[in-house]
Amino acid sequence: MSEPSTVAGPSAETRPTPLLRPGNSNCGGCGMSSALQLFGRAVEHRRLQLVVPASCAAVTAGPFPTTSFGVPTVLTTFGAAAAVATGLSRVARLNGDGTRVVCWAGDGGTYDIGMASLSAAAERDEDVLYVCYDNEIYGNTGGQRSSATPAGASTTNTPAGKPEEKKDLLAIMAAHRVRYAASFSIAHPQDAIRKVRRALDATGFRFLHALSPCPTGWKSEPALGIELVRLAVRSGLYPVVEIVEGRKLVVNVEPDFSREALELYLSLQQRFQRSGITAERLAPAIARRWRELRAASGRILPAEREA
Amino acid sequence: MAGRLISANHAAALAATLAGRANRTARGFCSGVYPITPSTECMELLCNQEFEKGEVVRVESEHSAMAVCIGAAASGARTFTTSSSNGLALMAENVVSAALLRLPVVMVAANRALGPPWNLWADHGDTLLLRDSGWVQFYCADNQEVLDTVLCAYRLAEDHRVLLPVLVCQEGFVLSHTTTRTEVPSQEEVDRFLPPLELPARLRDTPRALGGVDVPGVAEAHRAQHHEAMARVFEVYREVQDAFERELGRRPADPVVPYRAEDADLLVVSMGTIAVTAQRAVDEARARGERLGAVRVRTFRPSPAEQLAAIFRGKRRIAVIDRDLSLGFGGVLWGEVRGLAEPGAVVQGYVIGVGGGDVRPEHVAAVAADLAARTAAGRPVLMETGA
Ligand SMILES: Cc1ncc(C[n+]2csc(CCOP(=O)(O)OP(=O)(O)O)c2C)c(N)n1
Ligand code: SF4
Repeated sequence: MSEPSTVAGPSAETRPTPLLRPGNSNCGGCGMSSALQLFGRAVEHRRLQLVVPASCAAVTAGPFPTTSFGVPTVLTTFGAAAAVATGLSRVARLNGDGTRVVCWAGDGGTYDIGMASLSAAAERDEDVLYVCYDNEIYGNTGGQRSSATPAGASTTNTPAGKPEEKKDLLAIMAAHRVRYAASFSIAHPQDAIRKVRRALDATGFRFLHALSPCPTGWKSEPALGIELVRLAVRSGLYPVVEIVEGRKLVVNVEPDFSREALELYLSLQQRFQRSGITAERLAPAIARRWRELRAASGRILPAEREA
Repeated sequence: MAGRLISANHAAALAATLAGRANRTARGFCSGVYPITPSTECMELLCNQEFEKGEVVRVESEHSAMAVCIGAAASGARTFTTSSSNGLALMAENVVSAALLRLPVVMVAANRALGPPWNLWADHGDTLLLRDSGWVQFYCADNQEVLDTVLCAYRLAEDHRVLLPVLVCQEGFVLSHTTTRTEVPSQEEVDRFLPPLELPARLRDTPRALGGVDVPGVAEAHRAQHHEAMARVFEVYREVQDAFERELGRRPADPVVPYRAEDADLLVVSMGTIAVTAQRAVDEARARGERLGAVRVRTFRPSPAEQLAAIFRGKRRIAVIDRDLSLGFGGVLWGEVRGLAEPGAVVQGYVIGVGGGDVRPEHVAAVAADLAARTAAGRPVLMETGA
């Protein structure tokens, strides 16, 4: 499935600017910025076009005629990223451009309003890499819930804490049997860069998911974003996995299911304060999720090592 | 050039195919399509065509159909889609975006009433909903005109003085499903008429954002440019007509088509096939010695206000027939043209054929009789058209 782009774009040395340029308007400590920087490091010589639906990242682009993205970018309506990317990628292929078309979308534009166009592009196996930076909130509009918001998190329209659980998007994408679907962690750059490269060089539909701390919406310390993701990975809350052709699941970072890590993760974010959601309450759902992941990976290990 | 018995849906699909193939030496053709009655057969025929350098993407919604066109056009391809009614309503936010991004997308609408309650039949309300979306809008009167207008639409849309998307409207069933003899040009003829698309600002490798935030002053400047491009449409369209006539041997109709209007005491203004019916009614009235005339508005956006004002000069009584109703106001066309007549003239609005009701010469004769008896314009008259 690895089919590197044949036409060379600007090389890492000659690329005039990074993927995310300095001076952009993202909040300090924005996890999406970290994810973009990591992603940009993996891009190297590859020729890229970015498709960004309404989201914080659409604002990142900055006001006309400037742009904070170091590659050509199309800003789309909220639910249309995967379909606009389809048009770009079909024409790129017709002309042998060797351009990699990448959607960079928030969880709202992915889990919610963009679900239909995402699912359809995956079903058609479009030659598109879709990246969801998941800040578990509608950041652009000031912090409302999405179907990626975890249970117990306060948002501006679920002030007492969201009652419903987070949607399992990776499972949904795997069910489409997409060429490659993976979650990456901004706290595990080596694994992340490897995945981005693999996803960039594959053909057909590929999906990447990145948990992206949003200090503004999570009410967390801006400097702690990467640390929060590390805690989410360690505790098993954010599984770092990859799934090839919807079948073979590999766990890339083994959690230690530390209860302390989970408690720390919750206590470092004010969004979990009002609901008072505890590590204890979350543990059964994490355990259930990991039983499913173990089964899918074909390596059945006890989920609760510590217990 | 060969005469073929085809519907307007097929005429549109063939025109799009020919135009798409004509761009094979440039960035090619890419279309996103989704079915809805009565435009379905257009996309079905398109999905049966072979393209040397082209793609037809079968998407999951009209919203995505237009999104595919946006992506493809941004990458420099010639694009096409077709829809009707609720499809256009669902598509609307991307329709607006295609225009604001100044992408030369061409779309054919088979006009149909919006719902639910569901109604499958002709009504201009769906495309008039998109009136302010920044697209050029043509309303066609027969199948030949649909085919010719689609070809002209590409040349107009892609002209660097214009760079605007173009919507070609044809009434559902009345045209979309009615088979008439239509001249279909050869690929060579279309190749000569339609130069390859060269989009000046197409997305290449230079980092730049298409559709980034427009702050108020910039947005205003962009709207002003868009508005100026609209103003250039008539001038460029005249050149398109000339080129079409040169290469294909017939002249596409003008933006406004008067019919025996010069010496008319009463004028009936309308769009689409109703205007053809009105021409029949004019002939019948003339045979009775009544000086009735008709005006067909073919280009609705940009507004052909100057052309209409010239025709209206000296006219004291003007009827405007709408196959649409802006609820709480009246006919949309009436609202647009009533200010163009001379002071004191009676410009009366009539609404007929909404939701697909048949509009026959008798209806136009009844309109003319009502207009002749008026000394002042009143509220819009909603004519019953059932029986
Ligand atoms: C059709 C439509 N509805 C609503 C909006 C308003 N809107 C813009 S961005 C956004 C939320 C984006 O959330 P997400 O995708 O999670 O990205 P984030 O802002 O968190 O980066 C909303 C609701 C819109 N632009 N378009
Ligand atoms: S609101 Fe959150 S996601 Fe948006 S820019 Fe700020 S930190 Fe980043």
